[in-house]
Parts: sequence; structure tokens; C-alpha cells
Amino acid sequence: MSQTQLSCLNSPRWVRTRCVSFVLLLLGLAIVLQPVYAEKLQFDRDVLPILSDKCFACHGPDPAVRQANLRLDTKEGAFSAPSGYPIIVPGEPENSELVLRITHENIDQRMPPQIANRQPTQKDIDTLIQWIAEGAEWEEHWVYSLPERVDLPPVENTGWVRNPIDAFILERLEAEDLTPSAEADKRTLIRRLRFDLTGLLPTPAEVEKFLGDENPDAYQSLVNRLLSEPQYGEQMAMYWLDLVRYADTSGYHADENVSIWPYRDYVIKAFNDNMPFDQFTVENLAGDLLPNPTPAQKIAVGYNRLNQTTSEGGAQAKEYLAIYAADRVRTTASVWLGATLGCAQCHDHKFDPYTAKDFYSFAAFFADVEGPGVYPGRSKWEPVVMLPTPTQESVLQDIDDELAKLQQVFKTSSPALEAEQTEWENEVLSLLDATESADFAWVDDVQANGGRTEGTWEFVGKNEAPVFSKLYSRKQTAEAGKTVQHAFRGANRTFTVAAGDRLFAYIWLDPESPPETVMLQWNDGNWNHRAFWGEDKINFGEIGSNTPDHKPMGPLPAVGEWVRLEVDPADVGLEPESVLNGIAFVQFGGTAYWDMAGVATTRGSAVKHTHTEQVIAAIQVDASVRTTHQREQIAAEYRRITPALDGIRNQIADLEKQKGELESQIPYSLTTVSTLPRTTRVLPRGNWMDDSGEIVEPMIPAFLGDLGIKNRRPTRLELAQWIASKDNPLTARTFVNRLWALYFGTGLSRVLDDLGAQGESPTHPELLDWLAVEFVESGWNVKHIVKLLVTSNTYRQASKSNEVLEEKDAYNRLLARQSRWRLDAEAVRDNALMLSGLLIPKIGGPSVRPYQPTGYYANLNFPKRVYVHDTGENQYRRGLYTHWQRTFLHPSMMAFDAPSRQECTAERATSNTPMQALTLLNDPSYVEAARVFAERIIQEGGESVAERINWAYQWTLSRMPQPKELEIITSLYEKHHAEYTADLDAANALVSTGEAPMTADVARDELAAWTSVARVILNLHETIMRY
Amino acid sequence: MAMDIHKETDLRLTRRTFLGKSVRSIGSLALGSLLTPSLLGAAPEIERWQGIVTTPHVPPKAKRIIHLCMAGGPSHLETLDYKPQLAELDGQPMPKSFTEGQPIAQLQGQADSLKCLGPTHEFKKYGQSGQEMSTAFPHIGSLADDICIVRSLKTEQINHDPAHTFMNTGTAIAGRPSMGSWLLYGLGSENENLPGYVVLTSSGGGQDQPIATRQWHSGFLPGQFQGVQFHSIGDPVHYVTNPGGVNTEQQRDVVDAVQTLNGMLDETVEDPAISTRISQYEMAFRMQTSVPELTDISKEPQHVLDAYGAEPGDGSYASNCLLARRLAERGVRFIQLYHRGWDHHGGIENAIKTTSGYVDKATAALVNDLKQRGMLDDTLVIWGGEFGRTPMAQGTGRDHHIKGFSMWMAGGGIKGGISYGNTDELGYNSVENIVHVHDFHATMLHLFGINHEKLVYRFQGRDFRLTDVHGHVVRDILA
Repeated sequence: MSQTQLSCLNSPRWVRTRCVSFVLLLLGLAIVLQPVYAEKLQFDRDVLPILSDKCFACHGPDPAVRQANLRLDTKEGAFSAPSGYPIIVPGEPENSELVLRITHENIDQRMPPQIANRQPTQKDIDTLIQWIAEGAEWEEHWVYSLPERVDLPPVENTGWVRNPIDAFILERLEAEDLTPSAEADKRTLIRRLRFDLTGLLPTPAEVEKFLGDENPDAYQSLVNRLLSEPQYGEQMAMYWLDLVRYADTSGYHADENVSIWPYRDYVIKAFNDNMPFDQFTVENLAGDLLPNPTPAQKIAVGYNRLNQTTSEGGAQAKEYLAIYAADRVRTTASVWLGATLGCAQCHDHKFDPYTAKDFYSFAAFFADVEGPGVYPGRSKWEPVVMLPTPTQESVLQDIDDELAKLQQVFKTSSPALEAEQTEWENEVLSLLDATESADFAWVDDVQANGGRTEGTWEFVGKNEAPVFSKLYSRKQTAEAGKTVQHAFRGANRTFTVAAGDRLFAYIWLDPESPPETVMLQWNDGNWNHRAFWGEDKINFGEIGSNTPDHKPMGPLPAVGEWVRLEVDPADVGLEPESVLNGIAFVQFGGTAYWDMAGVATTRGSAVKHTHTEQVIAAIQVDASVRTTHQREQIAAEYRRITPALDGIRNQIADLEKQKGELESQIPYSLTTVSTLPRTTRVLPRGNWMDDSGEIVEPMIPAFLGDLGIKNRRPTRLELAQWIASKDNPLTARTFVNRLWALYFGTGLSRVLDDLGAQGESPTHPELLDWLAVEFVESGWNVKHIVKLLVTSNTYRQASKSNEVLEEKDAYNRLLARQSRWRLDAEAVRDNALMLSGLLIPKIGGPSVRPYQPTGYYANLNFPKRVYVHDTGENQYRRGLYTHWQRTFLHPSMMAFDAPSRQECTAERATSNTPMQALTLLNDPSYVEAARVFAERIIQEGGESVAERINWAYQWTLSRMPQPKELEIITSLYEKHHAEYTADLDAANALVSTGEAPMTADVARDELAAWTSVARVILNLHETIMRY
Repeated sequence: MAMDIHKETDLRLTRRTFLGKSVRSIGSLALGSLLTPSLLGAAPEIERWQGIVTTPHVPPKAKRIIHLCMAGGPSHLETLDYKPQLAELDGQPMPKSFTEGQPIAQLQGQADSLKCLGPTHEFKKYGQSGQEMSTAFPHIGSLADDICIVRSLKTEQINHDPAHTFMNTGTAIAGRPSMGSWLLYGLGSENENLPGYVVLTSSGGGQDQPIATRQWHSGFLPGQFQGVQFHSIGDPVHYVTNPGGVNTEQQRDVVDAVQTLNGMLDETVEDPAISTRISQYEMAFRMQTSVPELTDISKEPQHVLDAYGAEPGDGSYASNCLLARRLAERGVRFIQLYHRGWDHHGGIENAIKTTSGYVDKATAALVNDLKQRGMLDDTLVIWGGEFGRTPMAQGTGRDHHIKGFSMWMAGGGIKGGISYGNTDELGYNSVENIVHVHDFHATMLHLFGINHEKLVYRFQGRDFRLTDVHGHVVRDILA
């Protein structure tokens, strides 16, 4: 608001009087002719949304942008009188500055300013005036006070009330002069229940049984049965995984695979076991902080690791730690509190009473979550929880026991060994300044230099491969035309280059399949030190150049023999004193064995680099005055290298290799490990580079109270317990509102992720509160609430609309009928698979890869990805288990609006696009499902065409076709049958789509024609709808 | 599961109001416009989204946009922004006054040893306008009198993935609509047989940066506004090819049966989603013909193929440029090309030459082709990356840089033959007439007749814009 716009407040009285008289004129019209509601207005429902939407942006909680020192989001502010004129005078709209300003005849004086995108409608203005005229009763926003259970409202048609939900719904309907719809037919009911509770169709037998079940409890027992099926947990998990943004990849940049599928399975099991939601909440947010956490709890707390993460080179750790912290706040507040706390990252919230300090104080609860800002690429994304099977566990234990024994022997001293050690120490001392040349082996049978190891490092022994030095060499194979490498960098044991040193590595090229190029790279802070032999095919550095970062060394070495590659450091731009921290062994195509690599240097330098500085220093101390620590260091080093212990060392190495191989097969899941909390500051304007903000401790949003913890830092566990406590007004409401949306299509409060001021006041506030209280008092019993919802008469109504309802309640918020919607992406495919009989109902396990268009991952890199679809069982699992690649979600899932799960999704979009039609028509998964369904139609559907069509309809739509439908499909069948009989090649092509085996005894032309029929049926609108 | 059926109802009511079947007020719906049926014909009609902006806020100049996204971050110092003083300081320490306290990517931890790297290519003046550009891009140089070079861009994200997200959506937070989706939501498309927002990718000239589908995602806008990726491997659009053994007539049979049966269902259940479904199946069927026809460039005259340097089926940037023209001709609203070859951390001198080999000629051919066909006037062409590169050396290359970089625009209401804005003497900071990404977005929308402050969509209780709470139209570059 500019000075001009403010001027009315400061104008002489006569100007104001004129304004007011104009308003009075308006008021007369407004109040007498246009009462907005016949009933008295409700602040929450009718008034607050207008104030919030039209006024709070400049007169709300955020002091940074607050205009004229006026706030309208608090009672105190709204009833204040800045400049002496009261904003709101209860009962006297004509004396209320607010009314004066929103109706001012002078456009420059009118509020909101004309430039704002928030112009009130006439109805908004009338509402505010009426509310003030009615006494301007101010209430706190509904969602911030604890829900209370009210008595069930009285209704006229008491017979319709099957459970308390119906009373609330019916009362409103009766008030609006509407009558509920009749109960849906039983066929619709069983389909609806199956879709809603399990995501899968009922079988015809199931439908028939239900239709014939005259028992009054038939419906109830169906619900009970469905709630006890494992598919119920899968169905609930799908929604939960959207909320917590579960995916199988890291999300940013390289979007690497991460292993957190056990979390998905934990969620399925939790819903199936009906784990109380408060316990579920605590395990998700803070399972690691529970006493003696179980493996399941360590998996559950993987929740804190579901955010998008990066491994991009050049990403700044501090920036990404800030991003992760903000993401956790945003998501946790959305998932449990239905709050847009994320909006307070840069400034105080514009509409709700959350401050920026609240945002960062909330983030501080997660400051103990261990993990880097930038993850090492191609790593496990640690910390993880290992999940061995009992067998794996016992084998591991055996290895560990054996290792412990060997270590004991390894450490045991003997006079002979001690004497040899002394001899060795003297030798080391004598060689420290020796200048004759010697090889320093940086890498040989093990990568023991620390740092970051990349590539496969496939060590192979003498019995299977050529080996140059010691026990192993390293086999490396590249696809034709591709570059591969194994490397380490950031080593703890570095090498400082001296004048005269030469770099070397041993290589043996496979005569059957030699690489076209081999290359060595050295890292001294960057990799721009490269030498290559053979064709100029590796595009590190610039192909065609002859520079230290791309140095041609001549032709490939001879094949089938060990060759020593040697390079002058100067040729690759390494001056004396350069400190090497890594080396990369690269090849273009072919197979090569790599062995010892290091530096040809002086004996003294080799010795110094072989042992750590500390060990050398310890040896230089006179034996009589060495500390215990020094003695131990020297002894350990001697044991590391002495040939006398080769035997036992090799035994240990073998066991460790075995252990490593076993461990690489053990499933694991990202988990949360609590560590020393990072400092959390308020970041001004959300800027991670600005360290000027105050340091904050963990704290719940201030206006919601405090945790009552003094003199120590509150923990994530305490946050979780507060979130899932009966004293939290938000959590239970948020969750039951979403459950409502799952079974009625829209929440009682429409915006599922915002119950705040910009959300929507519930259509049935007492009902929402009743359900929230019921939820808490039932012990956070999810199945209890689900059962209440789906057994209500409200739920059981038919979904068809009519003209009266379209006129009075087009959005079906009053629920005089059920709603209808398209099935979710996963369910669309699941049901096609189920009809074909291909669906594998297995629960859980690593994510699976259905058919996917070739080259879809072409735009991924670091590393490049080749998608290989699963064969056998895993091709036909439920969509819930599909590999969830955040940056490239499976195209058919994306077509049907499955979210990428980068952010919390409380409500999926429902689009209706040509991509959906193309998917159902042409995606091989659906074509295959159609042709296998066609086989069933032929084999199980009876003899005649009509019988078979009937059978297919019974399976797909749980009903018989209408005569006209039968006719249309029959004529399609006959036409295509004739065509495929005439063109058997085409028939064969169609029925060989997909990998599912084909039964031999079905004629291909017939099968192809029935495949056309099955495709039609799978594409029907009715097939993918829940009515 | 909960679905956004509320919004579906919004769409339906909006349509019904338009058709005059109801006078019901639609309250505060954001949807000012509706789905209008096209001409009645034998095949079912297609309801085409006409955009929410029914009356332009300002007179529109552009009808469509071709965004040539140079992914990886092209060096402004080797393309569009000549810095003789940087050349003088080649190999000298970079003055700390520039770099202290500034964000930095791969050069982290080397703050004390940063050295200047002079421009590795010569620059010269091109055209009558005498615009200064790198000699490594002679063809783009030949466009000098048609293009407006902006040398003062700034962005906020220093890593590729978030920087692209920022360039496309105006924020680094995932889940927001990309600019193509906004434009489609605002204006709809002009073609019923093709998606209104098409994306093509190519590579060559540098390590290929990953490009995620989030870059063309519709975020919280309905899925119909999502970009559709065209592919050079396999089906040009996913699932656009009939299953094996199914010919066009048979596919039509299947679609016809589905349509008829759906129509019958509508009579019983009166589900308004059915008419939309029917419309979408019709569009899908038409796409099965129109997409292969569109993507088959082999019938283009040889001289056109030669001008672009395109070989049918090679998936190159050149072929994509030619496809871009064909898409533009057919009324596709937003055409976005990513060339993933610009991340030149090392060996930049050669790398620029190599990448230019992929990009330079085809880019110029596209602009000339549009001009020749009279389409440049209402086609906005944008050439630029997600950020620029440091004046400091990273070995023989340059690191990511966000404080100053360049792009150029042409056609669609942009003044040709001019430059706008400047960086400082070393090309580090934009200092004169700074154009933030938000300003770029505001200007782009302006050219399409949209006031960027008025194109809003409510999500989680907030009215979101492409320009967040920022953005100024850069009026000086408008024709």
C-alpha cells in the first residue's frame, strides 16, 4: 500500500464522512437486497477464507511485508484502531474502517489495491459486511483447536442412519432439502469395495457369491474379508508412498539407484497388521531412537532418507544439506500436519501463523540425521541397515568367527618373528636414504589406499587368469565401442612425485579380444593427466589432441603377455612435488588384465611411501624408548608386509573376500543413524550462504505450544511423539480427511495437504472432528476408521448424478450420492494383468522392471543406464513394485498420472489424455495382457462367440453385455477373424507380443481375433473406472 | 484412491456453462476458458483446450516458441560475450574481489589459486549491426541482424539439474510446472492431432548431461499440459505404433468399437468423463498417423536437408531443428530442443569447436528457414543454456557460472540486430541491465500476450506463477 492509498486513514474528517455516506448507500443495498446466506455466517467457513485470500498477503503474519502496521489475521489486529479509526466495529459495518476501505468509491483508496491479484467479488464484500452486521464474532482458525466430539445431530429419516457418519451427512442433506441416493446395486458395491480396498477386480465367482448372499451381514463380512487380504496393505501403501515420496532412485542429476524397497514392504506390512498410526508415525520419524530398535524399525526410519539427493560433481555440500533439511520440513509437515510449513522457508508464512523461525526450528529436529550433502556416486548411499536372511547371517557369523581366530594367530608373537621384525626395522632404517631405483607398488592385490573406489575391481586368481604379481590381477572387460575403468581417488596413502620418478602399471591384453585403447589417468586434484596406448578412442581430454591431459604413447602393447606401461610424469603434466591421490585404469572395448601399478622411484622413496609417516617415525625412535602405541604400530605394519605371514594373511584375505561377496548379496535399506546434530540457523530469505541468522534449537511451531523440555535439546523421537499425540490438533484430522478422500473422492476439507487458512473449511466440520476423535480414541486404529467409512450408508449410495444434484451440488460435497473416478495408474495395469491371469500376487521384494520403450533412459548419465526388463514372474507384478525412476518414471505410469515422487503428493492429478489411449492400445504390456486374456476367453469362455463375449464381460465388468454391445463385439470379432485367417503372418505377429508362453492348441487366427476383442474390452472406459 | 475429481468437475462445469446448458456461477474457478468442440465430422469430435487466457492482456506478438536449450552450460566467453581484458589476464590470478564469498561448483577448495582463462576463440563483428560474436560460430554469426543478444543473464542454481529446473519452472523446488506447460495452460494449442508441447533431445560435443522429464513436467497443472518427448530411437512418441500384426484399418476398428461402446455406457451412467475419453481416443488415433508423418523428414527436399546438415533418422540436433520447423508449421505451441553437449570443464578450446560442429549450422538453418517461410515474425526462437561458465580456468576448461551469462533470441516480437546488457570487464558479474531468469520468463509471456502476474494457478492454497513473486518485462528488446 502506497502513501496515496493510505491517505484516507489520515484524511480530514469531512472526506471520511463523505466516504461513509457512500458506503451506507451501498450497505442498504447489500444488506437488504442481498443477504449472502439466510443462516448466520460462520467465521471459519465464510469469513476467514476471504480475509486470508484477499488481505493476509499484506496484512497477515509476515511482518516483513506487512503494510500500515495492520494485521487482520489476529483478533487483536482486526479489532484495533490504527490512526484512530476502528477497523471492525461489531454490529456497525458503517463505522468499520474495513468496510469503508473495501467499498471506497475512489479506486486509489480502495482495498485491496488495484494492482493486487486478489480483488474480492461482490459476494465476498457482502459476506464481510453481513458478518460485521451480525456482530463480527471472531474465532481461531478451526484446525488449531483440538477436535471435539459433538452429539450426533438429529435427523428425520432415522432409518437411513447406519452409523454416525450417516447422521452428519443426512442432517446437512435434509437441511438443504436433498435426499440421499438409493443404495448402489450389489454388483457395483462389490466392485467399488474391491477397487477401494484392494485395487483389484472381484472374480465372477466372488460376485456371484455376494449377489446370492442374502445374509444381512453379507456386506459387513465382505468388508472384513477384504480388510484381511494382503492386497489391502498394498493398496494403502500406494497412497502412503505418494505422500512420503518413496522412489527407487536418488532424484537429482545422475538419479542413481538407491535401495530402500524394504521400507515399501514395511509400509505394506504395517497397514496389513493394522499397526496403530501413532506407533507407525514414531517408527517412521524416529525408529532409530527407540530403545533397542528392531530391524523393522530401522527400516521404517528410512522415511528420513526418502528425500531427493545428489551425487553431482561440483555440488556444494552446504547448499544440499540446506535443501535436504527444507525438504524434510516441507514433507513432514505435509504428511502429518496437513500444513504448508514449507512456505515459511524464506519468510514468515503469509496466511498461517508459522514463522520462519518455526521452519528452521522444525528442521533442527532432523539435524542429527547422518549423511553427506553430496553422496559418493555409485555407492550404497550410506548409512544403511543390512538385512541378511537367517542363512546369510549364520554364514557371516561363521566367517567372522573364523576370522577372529585367524586374527588371533596373526597377532600372536614368537621370538623368531620378533627377531625377524628387528632385522626388518634395521633394513628400513638403512634404506630410507637409498638412491638405487625400486618400484613402489601403490596398487597390487588390494585397493588399500582408502579414498573413493570406483568401477568393478574384479580381482581374479592364478587359477583362472594371468597374474603378474602376488595372488591376483584385475580383469576388466568393456563392451565393444564402450569405455570402462576402475579407479580410486582421494587416497589416504598418497604419493609425492620426485624428479626422476616414472609412473608404471602392468597389463596383459586378451589376444582373443584386445581393447582398442588403454589409458592411465592420475589425479592430483583433477584427472587432467592422461596417457594412452593404441587408437585415439577414449574421449577423456580431447580426442585428437597431444597434450598432457590426452597424451598419445604409441601403439597398443603386445597381446597375450605382461607388459609394463611406463610414463614420464612430465609428459602428463605432473611436476616434481605433485601429490598423487588417485589412479584410473581405462580401456576402450575388449578384455585386459591389470596388475601392480605404482611409481618407479628410489629405494628410499619406495620405502617411505610403502609405510606411513607414523610408522617410519616410530621405527626411527630407539627401541628402548618407544611408546606402547609405537610398538603396536610397528608390529602391525610388519605383520602387514612380512612374507613370513603370507600364508595366514592370504587365508584372512580369502575369508574377507568371501565375506565381501556374501555381503554384496545381502539386501539393505537406507536408514537413519543419529549423529551429533549439525548447527541449524535461520537462513535469511532461505539463502544457504547467509550465516547471519540466529542459531535455533529443535522446537515445534511456537503457536502450537512447546514440548515442555528444559535444559536439553529435544529429539526427533519427541517430535514424533508430539505429532502422534492426542494433544496435536492436526495429525488425526489430516489423516482421517485423507481416508475420507480415498473412499469418497474428495476430502471433507478439500485441500488434502493444507488444512490452514488457505485450505478449505470442512463441509462437515463436526463429522471431521468426530472421526478424528474416534481415530485417536480407538488407539489410532486405521482399519477401524476405514471400516466405518466403507460400511456407512453414505458410502453405499449409487454414484449416478441427476439434474437436481447437478444444480445444487455439482461437486458432490454434500454427498447425496457416491463419487466416481478413474482407477490409478497401478490399478489400471494390475487389472489387465489379473484378467489375463498373468498377475503374480507376490507381496514385496526388490522393485521390478516391466517392458519399457527402448532408449527411454538415453538421457540419463553418470552412469549411463540400460534398462533391461525383467523376465518371468517379475514381469507381472503389481504396479506398486515397478522400479520408480524419479527422473524417468515408467511411461505408462506417467501417462496415468502416477507422480514422480520428488515431492509429497496428497492428491494425484486425474488427466484424461491421448497418451492414456496410446498406452492402453499399444503398450506391449497391455497387448500381451489382451492376447493372454484372449487365450482364457477361448479356453474357459465356452464354445460360441456369444458365450465367450459374455464370459469376458463377466470377468472384466462383472456383468453381461447388452444385446447391442454383444452385436458390436461380435461383428468386430467376425471381421478380424476373417482377416487374420487370410493373413496368418499378421495373426502370428499379434499373438506373439510379450514373453508369456503361448498355448499350442489354439488356432492363431482365432487367437488374434479374440485378442482384438480383448483389446477393446481392456480399453473400455468402464474397465478403468470405479463407480 | 483419492483423485482430483474436484478439478475434473471444474472443467466439466466450465464447459457446460459455455455451451449454455447452465447459467450456474462457477465462482472463483481459475478456468476462464473451456473445451470447445471442433467441427462436427464423421469421426468423434476432439475437445481442444483453448487456454485460460481468452482475451490477451497485451497484444500478442508470438504464437509459438522454439527453445534451443544448450544443455551443460555454454561458455558465454566463447560464444556471445567478448572480454579482451580477460585475454590480457590469461594465466594471471583471478582478482579475489570478484570471487570472494561467491558460490562455486567444481572449483571448490581452490579459492586461493584461481587463474583467469582468456577467451579461447577469436571474436569478430558480424552483419550490418556489427554484433560481436565468436568466430567458432560463423553460421550463428550470420544471423547477427536478426537476433537480440542478451549478455546480462543471472540465475540462482549452480548445478546442472537444479539450474535446468530453475530455467524451466522459475524455482529449484520440484513439482512446479515448466514454462511450456504454463504457456499451454494459458493459450492452449493450435493443433488437434499433435501434443501442444514437444521435447526433443540430442547429444555430441561434451560429456552428456542427464536431462530429466521433470524439465517438461506439468507439475501441479493437469497432466494434459505436460511436454511430450519425441524419440529418435523406437517409436517417435511412446506407444504411437500399432501392435505387430495390427494394420491401420484394424486399429480403427478397435478404436471405433471402444468409442461406440463408451458412448453407450454414457447413456446409462451419464459420466461426463466419457465424452473427454472419446475425444482423447480420437486424438490418439490421429496421432498415430500424424506423428510418423511429421517425424519422417526423408521427404524434405535435399537442399533443405543439406542446409540443416540433417540425415533422416540420425537423431541429431540438426534433424531436431528440422523437426522443430515442421512442428512449428503444424501449430505446436512450445517446442523445446535440448542439446546435451556443453559441459566443457576441460579442453574448452577444442570442445567449443566440436560442439559448434553439431549446433552452429543447423541453428542458423532453422532461423533462416523460418524467415523464408514468413514464420519468424510470430515464432520466438531462444538459444541459450542453464548457466554460463567461469572466467577462471578449470585446467583447460571452465567451471559452472551463474552470475553472468548470455543467450540470444529472435523473431516473435524481439528486436533484431541489438545487444542488451553487459557483464563486467572479466565476464563475471552481470552489471548492466541485468536480466534475471524471472525477467526472461516475464518477457517471454509478454510476447505471447500474457501478463506474467495474471497467469496464476492455485495450489496448496497459494496462487502460483511462473515468475513466483518476481519478474519484469525487458521492454528494451521488444520490437
